[in-house]
Amino acid sequence: MPPRAMVHRTPGVLASALAITRKDLLIEFRSRSVILSAVAFAVLAITIFFFAWDPTAVASVDLAPGVLWVIFTFSGLLGLHRSFGVEQPTRAIDALLAAPVGREAIYLGKLLANLGFVIVVQAISLPAVALLYNVPIGGYVLPLIGIVLLASVGLVAVGTLFSSMVVSTRLAELLLPLLALPFFVPVILPAAQATARLMNGRPVAEVSGYVSILGAFDVVFLVVCTLLYPYTLDQ
Amino acid sequence: MTLAPAEGFSVTATDLVRSFGSRRAVNGVSLSLAPGDCLALFGPNGAGKTTLLRMLGGLLRPTSGQATIEGVALPGGAEVRARVGLVSHQTMLYDALTARENVEFAARMYGVADVRQATQRVLQRLGADSFADVRVQSLSRGMQQRVSVARAIVHEPSVLLADEPFTGLDAGGASALTGMLAGLRDSGAAIIIVTHNLDEALSLCTAAAIMRDGRFVRLDSTPIPARDEYTALYRELSVDAS
Amino acid sequence: MKFSKLGIIAIMAVVGTYVRAIFFTPFDALQGPAQKILYVHAPSAWVGLYLAFGLVFITSILYLWLKDPKLDRVASSSAEVGFVFTSVVLVTGPLWAKPVWGAYWTWDARLTLTLFLWFIYAGYLILRGAIDDFEMRARFSAVIGILGALLVPFIHLSVYFFRTMHPMPVLLKPSAPSMPREMLITLVSSFLALTLLFAWLLRERYLLAVDRDAATEAGS
Repeated sequence: MPPRAMVHRTPGVLASALAITRKDLLIEFRSRSVILSAVAFAVLAITIFFFAWDPTAVASVDLAPGVLWVIFTFSGLLGLHRSFGVEQPTRAIDALLAAPVGREAIYLGKLLANLGFVIVVQAISLPAVALLYNVPIGGYVLPLIGIVLLASVGLVAVGTLFSSMVVSTRLAELLLPLLALPFFVPVILPAAQATARLMNGRPVAEVSGYVSILGAFDVVFLVVCTLLYPYTLDQ
Repeated sequence: MTLAPAEGFSVTATDLVRSFGSRRAVNGVSLSLAPGDCLALFGPNGAGKTTLLRMLGGLLRPTSGQATIEGVALPGGAEVRARVGLVSHQTMLYDALTARENVEFAARMYGVADVRQATQRVLQRLGADSFADVRVQSLSRGMQQRVSVARAIVHEPSVLLADEPFTGLDAGGASALTGMLAGLRDSGAAIIIVTHNLDEALSLCTAAAIMRDGRFVRLDSTPIPARDEYTALYRELSVDAS
Repeated sequence: MKFSKLGIIAIMAVVGTYVRAIFFTPFDALQGPAQKILYVHAPSAWVGLYLAFGLVFITSILYLWLKDPKLDRVASSSAEVGFVFTSVVLVTGPLWAKPVWGAYWTWDARLTLTLFLWFIYAGYLILRGAIDDFEMRARFSAVIGILGALLVPFIHLSVYFFRTMHPMPVLLKPSAPSMPREMLITLVSSFLALTLLFAWLLRERYLLAVDRDAATEAGS
C-alpha cells in the first residue's frame, strides 16, 4: 500500500509573508539592477534640482523637501514595477499561487519587500540631500523618519496592489504610474508639507495633523487592499 | 475507468465544467485515478487540457461539477493545494536564486517540517544535488526542469499535474524526466501528464485519454493499445473532423 | 439615430434650461455674464463627481459580490459618461475662473479633487482598454472603482490644508439660499436637466455595451 502524502501544516500568514519578503529581497540583492537604477535616479534628481536652483530666490531648505519626495516617489515606482515582474519570466507566480499559502500572505510579503526596497533608497537619499543641500536634520531626525515611514507604507500598500494588476496587462509600464499617482497625492502632499515644516524648524506638534492623515490613509488602504488583492487573481 | 466513490482515490472528477463567459473550456470531464495511476492526456491545442489541470490544482474554480483530491472537494483552497504538485513547460523557478534556494522556498510555502533536509533529500533523489548551489539561470534546460520537478515534489504531494513538461528537453533530458515520473508513480503518486509526446507518455502511463473541445473523446486504461494503433487513433480523433 | 423617450425628454430639458439661462435669467451683479457658466459647471460637477462616480463605486462592489456582467456594463458606461462630465467641469472651471478670479487654475480643494478624479477615470478607462479578457477586465475595473471612491475623502482632507478659493456654498446654507429666485430656478432646472442627460447617455452607452459584448461572444 503506497504511503499517503504527508500533508504538512501550512505556515501562518506572517511566516509565509516573511518568507516571500526574504525571497524577493534576496533576488533583488543578487541582481541589484533595480536598486542601482533607483540610486542613479536619486543622484540625477539631486544634481538636476541643484543646478536648476537659484540660491538667491529660494532657500535650500525650501528646495529639499520637494527633491526628497520626488526621489522617493519615482524610485518607489521603479521598485513596485519589479515586484510582480520578477514572477513573470518563468511563471513563478503560478507555483506561488498553487501553494497552500494564503493570498493575504502573498500581498503582505510583497508589500514588505517593496517597503524594504524603498527604505534602502530613502536611507541613501535622505543623508545625501541633507548633506548637499545643507539642511541640518539633527534636531528632528526621529519625527522625520516617522513621517517618511508612514508615508512609505501608504505608497507601497496601494502600489503593490496595482503592480499585481498591471503586470498581466499590455501597457504595464504606463499603467502603473497612471493608476498609482492619484493615490500617491494624498500621501505625498501631507508628507512633503510636514517635511517642509520640520526642515523650517517648526515644532513637531505642528505636523500632528499631517501624521493623522497619513495614519488614517495607511489603515484604510492597508485593510482595503488586503481585502481586494484576491480579486486581482484568476479564480 | 469507471466512476467510483471518492474513498481511496487520489483524484476524482464528475462532469467537471469550466466556462469563460459563454465559452466552455472544459465541458463535462469525469475521471478517477487511484494512487500509482498515471493518466496521459493528449489533444489539440485549445482542447481544455491546461484548464482542466489548473482546476484540479486548485488554481481555478470549477463552474459546475464535482471533483476531489484525496477526498477533499474542490474548490478546497489550501487543503487541496497542499496535496498537489504542479510542473509545466515553464520552470516556475527564480533565475537569480540557486536550485537549492528555489526548492527551499517552495518547501517553506508548503509548510514542510524540516526544510533543509527535505530539500536535500529531493535534490539527491532527482540527481540534482551536484548543481544544487548553482544559480538557475546558469543551468541547462534539462537541469532546470529537473530542479522544477524537485520544487514540485518537495512537499511529497499525492497528485502531480504535469502540463507539457517535455517541451524543450532533448532526448537525454526527456528520458531523465520519464525516469523521475516513473519513480513518483511507483511510490504511490497519481499523475496526470498533458503532452504531445506520445512515446514518453505511453511508456509511462497506466491510462491514456484524448481530449477535444472540452471533453474526453477517448479513454483507455491498461492495457493501452499499442503505440502505432494509438498514434493512428490520436491523429484521427484530434484532427478537426468538421 | 433613433431617440428614445428618455432621450427626447433629456434633450428638451437641456435646451429649455439653457435657453432660459442665456436669455431669461438676469446677470450676476458682481461677475457679469461669466457667472452663467455656473449653470453648466455646477451640475456637471454633481453628475460627474458624485452621481456617476457614486454609481461606479456601488456597481463595482456589487460586481465583486455578485459577478453579474450587467453590473460591469453599468459601471463602465457610468465611468465613460462621468468622464465626459468631469472633463466639462475641468474646462468650464478655468473659463469661469479667469475673468472672475484672474487665474485659470488654482490648487484649491475642489478643483484639485476634480482633477484627480479625472485622472482616476482616465486610468480606469485606459486599464479597461488594455485588457481583452472580459472577466479580468471587469474584476480589475471594480477594484479601481472601489479604491477610487475611497480616495475621495483623502484628497479632500489633504488639500484642506491649503487655502481654498472656491466660492463658498450659496445654495446649501443653513439659512435660506442667498441667490435671487430667478437664478435659483435656472440653477435647479440645470441640475435636473443634466441629470436627465446623464441618465439618457448612460442608457445609450449601456445598450451599446450590450451589443458589443454580444458581438464579441458570437465571434469567439
